[in-house]
Amino acid sequence: MKRSLRPLAATAVIFLIAYAASVLQFPSMLSTRVLGNFLTDNAFLGIAAVGMTFVIISGGIDLSVGAVIGFTGVLVAVLISWLGFHPLLAFVIVLGVAALFGAAMGAAIHYLQVPSFIVTLAGMFLARGGASVITQDSVPINHEFYGALSDLMIRLPGGGRLSFIGLLMIAIFLGGALLAHRTRFGSYVYALGGNPVSALLMGVPVARTTVQIYMLSSVLAALSGIVFSLYTSAGYPLAAVGVELDAISAVVIGGTLLTGGYGFVLGTFVGVMLLGLVQTYIIFDGTLSSWWTKIVIGILLFLFIVLQRIIFAASAPGEEKPEKALV
Amino acid sequence: MADTHYVLEARGIMKIFGNHVALDNIDFGLKAGEVHALLGENGAGKSTLIKILTGAYQPDGGGIYVDGAQVSLDNPLHAQTFGIGTVYQEVNLLPNRSVAENLFLGHQPLRFGFVNFRKMEADARVILKNYDLNIDPSSELGSHSVAVQQIVAIARAVQLSGKVLILDEPTASLDRNEVERLFEVVLGLKARGLAIIFITHFLDQVFAISDRVTVLRNGKLIETRALDALSRTDVVRLMLGKDIAFSGATDVEPSEAPNEVLLEFKGYGRKRSVLPFDLTIHKGEVVGVAGLLGSGRTEVARIMFGADPADQGTVRVNGQPTAIRKATDAIKHGFGFCPEDRKAEGILGDLSVRENIVIALQGKLGWFKALNRDEQMEIAGRFGESMDIRAASLDMPVKLLSGGNQQKVILSRWLATDPAFLILDEPTRGIDVGAHAEIVRTINRLRDEGMAMLVISSELDEVVAYSSRIVVMRDREMVAELRGKNINPGVIVQAIANNPDEAVA
Repeated sequence: MKRSLRPLAATAVIFLIAYAASVLQFPSMLSTRVLGNFLTDNAFLGIAAVGMTFVIISGGIDLSVGAVIGFTGVLVAVLISWLGFHPLLAFVIVLGVAALFGAAMGAAIHYLQVPSFIVTLAGMFLARGGASVITQDSVPINHEFYGALSDLMIRLPGGGRLSFIGLLMIAIFLGGALLAHRTRFGSYVYALGGNPVSALLMGVPVARTTVQIYMLSSVLAALSGIVFSLYTSAGYPLAAVGVELDAISAVVIGGTLLTGGYGFVLGTFVGVMLLGLVQTYIIFDGTLSSWWTKIVIGILLFLFIVLQRIIFAASAPGEEKPEKALV
Repeated sequence: MADTHYVLEARGIMKIFGNHVALDNIDFGLKAGEVHALLGENGAGKSTLIKILTGAYQPDGGGIYVDGAQVSLDNPLHAQTFGIGTVYQEVNLLPNRSVAENLFLGHQPLRFGFVNFRKMEADARVILKNYDLNIDPSSELGSHSVAVQQIVAIARAVQLSGKVLILDEPTASLDRNEVERLFEVVLGLKARGLAIIFITHFLDQVFAISDRVTVLRNGKLIETRALDALSRTDVVRLMLGKDIAFSGATDVEPSEAPNEVLLEFKGYGRKRSVLPFDLTIHKGEVVGVAGLLGSGRTEVARIMFGADPADQGTVRVNGQPTAIRKATDAIKHGFGFCPEDRKAEGILGDLSVRENIVIALQGKLGWFKALNRDEQMEIAGRFGESMDIRAASLDMPVKLLSGGNQQKVILSRWLATDPAFLILDEPTRGIDVGAHAEIVRTINRLRDEGMAMLVISSELDEVVAYSSRIVVMRDREMVAELRGKNINPGVIVQAIANNPDEAVA
C-alpha cells in the first residue's frame, strides 16, 4: 500500500471498529435514521472541511472558516428577513462576498509573503467582527423557500431521512475529490504543498493557485454557513465558533498531512464521520458530558499526528536529514 | 556572423551588480550534439552566466541568440519555450507526487477537462524507457534514489525544451555508480543532438564526458577550447590563473626541528564527505589546505571541528585519544573555527562588535560565569586595538562593518578564547587589500607565538606565503602533502591537477 494511504486506512478501520462497538452497546445506532442524521448534523462541518483539505494539502491553514460561517449566516438572515431578498439571490450575494474575501486572503498570503496562519487569523477577526457589527442578536429566517429547502429529503426505509443538506455535503465531497485528484488545479495544490520552490520552477502558476485555494475555502465556508442557517433557521454572529478547529481535526484524522503535500478529500469525509460518531455515541449514552467529545477528538488527533510522523519518517528514502551542502 | 551553427550563443554579455562587474564581455557558443563544460572557481561568474542563459537574470549588455536569432529571455519558463531546459543540483521536483506527474505537471494530457491518468502514465512509461529507467510511473518520486530523481528531472527538462540542456552540478550528491549512470544518459542525449552545458567541480567528470570547455575567471572569459587539446594541468592553470613556469621562492624558513605534536588524525573521514586522511599538526605550525572548490577543503575543516562529526578514524590531542563529536567538544580542546561563509555561519549581524567578540569566550566559560559589561569592553577593546578593527564604536552592530573588519571580529572572537588550534576557512575572501595583508600578518604572528593553524584558501600565493606545510585536496581525498621547496604555486597546481610524478614530495 502507498504510504500516503496508510493514515486513511487507519482512520477507516478505527471508524468501523468504533461504530461496531457502539452498535454492540446501543443496537439502535445501526439504523438509517441514525445514519441519515449523521449526514445532516455534520453537513456544515463536512462542507467547510472540504475547503480546509485543499488549504492544508497546499501547506497552509485557514483559521477564518468558523467566522465566515457565522458572518454568512448573519448576512443571509439580514438579506432575507430585513431586506426582503429572495433566498437564492441572497445565496449568490454571500457566495460572491466570500469569494472576494478568500481571494483577498490568498493574494495577501502570496504577494506579501505572510504566513497563511497570520492572514487568516486577521480574516477570522474581520469576519467575526463584521458579523457582530451587523447585529448582536440571532436573526430568525422565516421564508417559505427556506422551510421547503430544509424539509426537502429522501425518505429511507426504516424511518431514516436523507436531507437536502446531507446530500449537498456528499455532492461537495465528490466534487472536491474530483477537483483534487483529477484536475491540473488539484495537482498544483499538491505541488505547492510538496515544495513551493520546485513548483515555481516547474511552471505552476503559484499566485493564481494560491488565490484560488483560499477562494475555494472561503466559498465552501460560506456554503457551510448557508447550510448552517438552513439547519438552524436563523443567523447568529457567534455561530460556529471554533468550527475551523473541528475542520482541521477532521482533515488530519482523515489522513491529510498537516505539513502539506499528502492527503485525500474522501479521507476528510471519514474524519468528519468519525467526529460525528463520537458525538452521537455521547448523545446515546446520555450520562456523559458533551465535553467528552473534545477529549476524544484531542486523543484521536494526537494519535494521528504521531501515526503520520511514524509512517512518513520511517519510509522516506529520498529524504534523509538534509546533508550540509557540499561547497 | 560566421558562427551561425551555434544552437545557443551569448555575445558580449555584461552583468554588473552595484559597482562589481560580475560578467565582463563574455562570448559563449554552444553547438548541437556537444557536451560543453563550464568551469571556474567560486565567484568566477559561472552561475551568473547560467542565470542569464536561463532567463533568471537579464544581461546589462550583449545579446543572446537561439539558432542565430536574437531573443530576450524573461524567465526560466520563457527560456523553456526556446528549448532551453535546466536541471539543478538539488532536484527541483515534487517528491510527494508520482513520477508521471513530475514528468508532465502543467502539461498533463486532459480528457473532458480531467487529467487522463492512463495516457499520462503510458506516455511516461515510453519516456522512461528512453532513459533505461524501469520504474513504475505511478510510484512516488520520493521513493526513488537521488540519481533516479535526477534522471527524471533531466527527462522532464528534455521533454519540455528539447534543444539545450543545462546541468548545474548534477553530480554533487551522487555516488560513483550513480554518476556513471547519469553520464550514460547525458551521452545518449548528446547522440540525439542535444546541446548540453555541464557545470561541475570535479575535473575527472569534465574529462569523462565533455567535448569542449569554457573557463571563466573573475567574470572574464579566459578560454574556450576543445578538451582533447588540453591536459588537466592546463585546465587547472586556466581556472586558477597561475603560470606553471612561475617558481617563486618561498619565504618559509627551512623547517627547524618540529615542535611537539599537538594533533594527530588517523584514518579520519566521513562518508559522502571526505575520504579518510592522516594528518599530524605540530604546535607553531600553519598547515595550508589547497584544492579546487568542491575538493573537500571545507569538509576537512568541518570534520576536524566536529561541525560534521567524523564517522571513522581516531584523533589524539596532545597524545591523548579523544573524540570530537560536536563543536563544543572541539572548543573544550581549544579549537577555534572561522568558517568560509561569514554572513551565514560566522557573524551575528545584529549583535554588537563587543558581543560578537566575547561570545565564544562566554561559551567556553559556561552559563554561570557571565562576563560583565566591563570585562566584555576590556576584552573587545584589547582585540579591537591589536587587530585594528575599524568600527565607530564597539557597540555598533557588526553587520555595518566592512567584510575585512567583520573577518577581524571573527578572528578576535576565537583569539579571545586563547585557542591552541585555529581553523581558518578562506579568511581573506571578499575583503580589501589592506585588510588582506593584515590578516596574513596576523597569521604569521600567531604562528610565531606557537599556535597551530589550519588555513584553507584558494589564493595560492597567499597559502604559499604563510604555510609551513601544504596538503592538497582532490575529489574529497587528501592527495599530497608538500613541504620545503615544494611549496610553490607551480607544484600545487600540478598536485591539484593530478600529476603524481612531479607532485609528490
